[in-house]
Amino acid sequence: MMSTESESPPGNSSPANDARRLLVSVSPHVKTDTTVARIMWTVVACLMPPLILSVFIFGFQTLIITAISVICCVATEAISEKLLGRPITVRDGSAVITGVLLAYVIPPGVPLWMPAFGAVMAIFVTKVIMGGIGFNIFNPALIGRAFLVATYPVAMTTAWLEPIRDAGIFRYMGSGVDAVSSATPLYVLKHYGMAAMLEQFGSRVSVYGDFLIGWMPGCIGETSALLLLIGGVYLIWKRYINWHIPVSIIVTTGVLTWAFGGERLFTGDPILAVLSGGLMLGAFFMATDYVTSPNQRAGQIVFGVGVGALTVLIRLKGGYPEGVCYAILLMNPLTPALDQWFRPKRFSEGAVQ
Amino acid sequence: MTIQPATFPKGGVHPKENKDFTNALPIETMPSPSKVSLFLKQHVGAPCEVSVAHRDTPAVDDGVLLAKGYQGAVFQLLVDKKDRVREGDRVGEIGANLGAVLHASVSGTVDGVEGALHPQTGKAQALVIRTDPEADFLRPVYEPMDWRSLSREELQERIAAAGIVGLGGAGFPTDVKLNVKPGVKLDTLLLNGAECEPYITCDHRVMVEHAREIVEGAKILLTVLGIRYCAIGVENNKPDAIASLNEAIARSDPDDGFKVEVKPLAVKYPQGSADQIMQSVTGRVRPSGQRSSSIGIIVQNVYTTKTVYDAVVLGKPLVERVITITGRGIARPANLRVKIGTPISEIVDYLGGTTEDLCKVVVGGPMMGFAISDLDVPITKTTPGVLFLTSCEVDAQAYGPCIRCGFCLDACPMGLEPNMIGIYVEAGKGAETEPFGLLDDCFECGSCAYACPAKRPLVQFIRLARMEIDQARKLKEAREQKRKAE
Repeated sequence: MMSTESESPPGNSSPANDARRLLVSVSPHVKTDTTVARIMWTVVACLMPPLILSVFIFGFQTLIITAISVICCVATEAISEKLLGRPITVRDGSAVITGVLLAYVIPPGVPLWMPAFGAVMAIFVTKVIMGGIGFNIFNPALIGRAFLVATYPVAMTTAWLEPIRDAGIFRYMGSGVDAVSSATPLYVLKHYGMAAMLEQFGSRVSVYGDFLIGWMPGCIGETSALLLLIGGVYLIWKRYINWHIPVSIIVTTGVLTWAFGGERLFTGDPILAVLSGGLMLGAFFMATDYVTSPNQRAGQIVFGVGVGALTVLIRLKGGYPEGVCYAILLMNPLTPALDQWFRPKRFSEGAVQ
Repeated sequence: MTIQPATFPKGGVHPKENKDFTNALPIETMPSPSKVSLFLKQHVGAPCEVSVAHRDTPAVDDGVLLAKGYQGAVFQLLVDKKDRVREGDRVGEIGANLGAVLHASVSGTVDGVEGALHPQTGKAQALVIRTDPEADFLRPVYEPMDWRSLSREELQERIAAAGIVGLGGAGFPTDVKLNVKPGVKLDTLLLNGAECEPYITCDHRVMVEHAREIVEGAKILLTVLGIRYCAIGVENNKPDAIASLNEAIARSDPDDGFKVEVKPLAVKYPQGSADQIMQSVTGRVRPSGQRSSSIGIIVQNVYTTKTVYDAVVLGKPLVERVITITGRGIARPANLRVKIGTPISEIVDYLGGTTEDLCKVVVGGPMMGFAISDLDVPITKTTPGVLFLTSCEVDAQAYGPCIRCGFCLDACPMGLEPNMIGIYVEAGKGAETEPFGLLDDCFECGSCAYACPAKRPLVQFIRLARMEIDQARKLKEAREQKRKAE
């Protein structure tokens, strides 16, 4: 409770009609303290735990790759906006998110310079020339990854590292692409079947545990389902994102994998499907990108189901073992259409005539 | 066990309430200002025709007499500049079929009709009366009478004669609202005591201090409307107001056949909007483009109801109102009873001035009020308060592009798409936004702009869109007429 007295700082009362300039603007005169920058930096913060963990899973170079990716994304945005004569928007944190996410979908054994090319593609081509934040059609980080898969297919599909089990985080420093190669669980599963996968990665229970925490070969930031889940749940709790997209992606992927992922119908392993690959990262941090996903709850569920279905289709029938990236990129351009089809319900539509 | 307070399901925001500057301060009466400026239009409808009694005409108790023998054209003042008026004298007649009469709010000398600063329109015609301190004894004494002896027509006449308009901000003439077309079936009078605007506490204090008058006023309105049930919707951040109203209801005559009850509502902006409070209290939704009477409800503000009591029982016209003067930028926040037409500058002087870091003055609440650049703006019948905001209370950031987060879609209580309207307006296609339904449904509550993390001025975009739609329509009509003429 504020008292009246405490509200009047002593001695600075002034006559009413002094020539002070008063600010005039259209209502409302109070606004939420949530800003674009606050949302973006919160997302960045939510993405930090998996990065720290990745150092202990794949070694110190994950930090360097991520830093290079972030610096290149921010620099690309700043330089291109400067050259185009637009306001520099790097402080809003969205380029940092793109940088972090781009690094997270790159294998940990790639050459350190590689994210720089992806960053230019992600920020300049996908975002800035489309009109900047709020105008891109595709998720910038995923376009960056798709570009790298197309240009450096060998590194991007084979530079997997065996998880470190003994805190030797500098083991992989300086080693080339093919120095230590492993295969992702989804790759083994796709090409050699469940038995081979379990033989390589341990019993079913220990596989679930390892994959949940993150000790499996994979991209830098995608392996720890648990930490990604915690970050995603925090964003939902803050109401920065809705649960509809992540939940519908995860449920669809689980159900379809269970139905079609086994040797016979309904023998697939839904838990493994959800914990492996980039599903958690994609579901919580990429498919929920504001501008490339629908606004309305119904549209979001359709979008999520689409991403989940395409992911399973690519994983089971496509040429790649993992499909989250392309599934999201394929659904991204449907966003305006989904927003058109699923409009908000008008107040008076609830009226009983 | 606590009962979940009722609320509207769709949209809404939770701005910081900031009511504790003034919600515990009793209403205080400010002495008459040195002059008042009475806008000829303080209501929905046409402006008043000014009709001040000539000096020779004796001031008559009735007030109505003063209008007689008088050819008042709009904005025409047919009096000498030194004519004297008395507080409560009728000085403005209804200009067209919709409007409200205007009364002198102080005793003094007419200065004339001149352009005065208006918070919404920039400048507007106002009748200026200079207060005569020696004429203060002319202030009429209002004697209570038993309203139950009056007929419905007499009640309505007294309400109309008092110049009462919706004090919540809409300014719709109250007597016109009570003229329900025959055949319209009503069952509920809904008194709006939500006061959902942050900072503002005038209705709150009126409910605490004048609960008896509100309950009696409700029964007067029920009598005029010919119905028996009245619900008073109050946001449950005002427990003292709810308690005070409940006590007044318990004390009022239980056997008169009227049922009046308080409905606590959840604190959510814009709970006090007519559509939202009707849905919160009765669950009914008004069809777009129709009046609330089409769903059996008449909504009145609680404070309007109190002035109805004053008009009917005391014969007192609407010459003063309670306003909330608040914010960190005023030396002493207060709930003040001021004369209609009091310049804000005199209120500021009375309250000890403004602070150094004052940066914005808003007439009305922070969500829907109007920022002013000059403190000579007078108080009108529909002014609930004046906010003095300091830099720490004002968000003066530049706005960014729409990031399509959809927060405005979740905030809009009417289910509109403010994001799309803003994008269209920025692209120069404001005239094409009509399908988004803003003409019928948007009441500019500001929830969208409040929620926008990019700080986009969505209300401004919507107003621009409205103007562009209007211009496009006029252009089209002109073209068609031209074609027909050819």
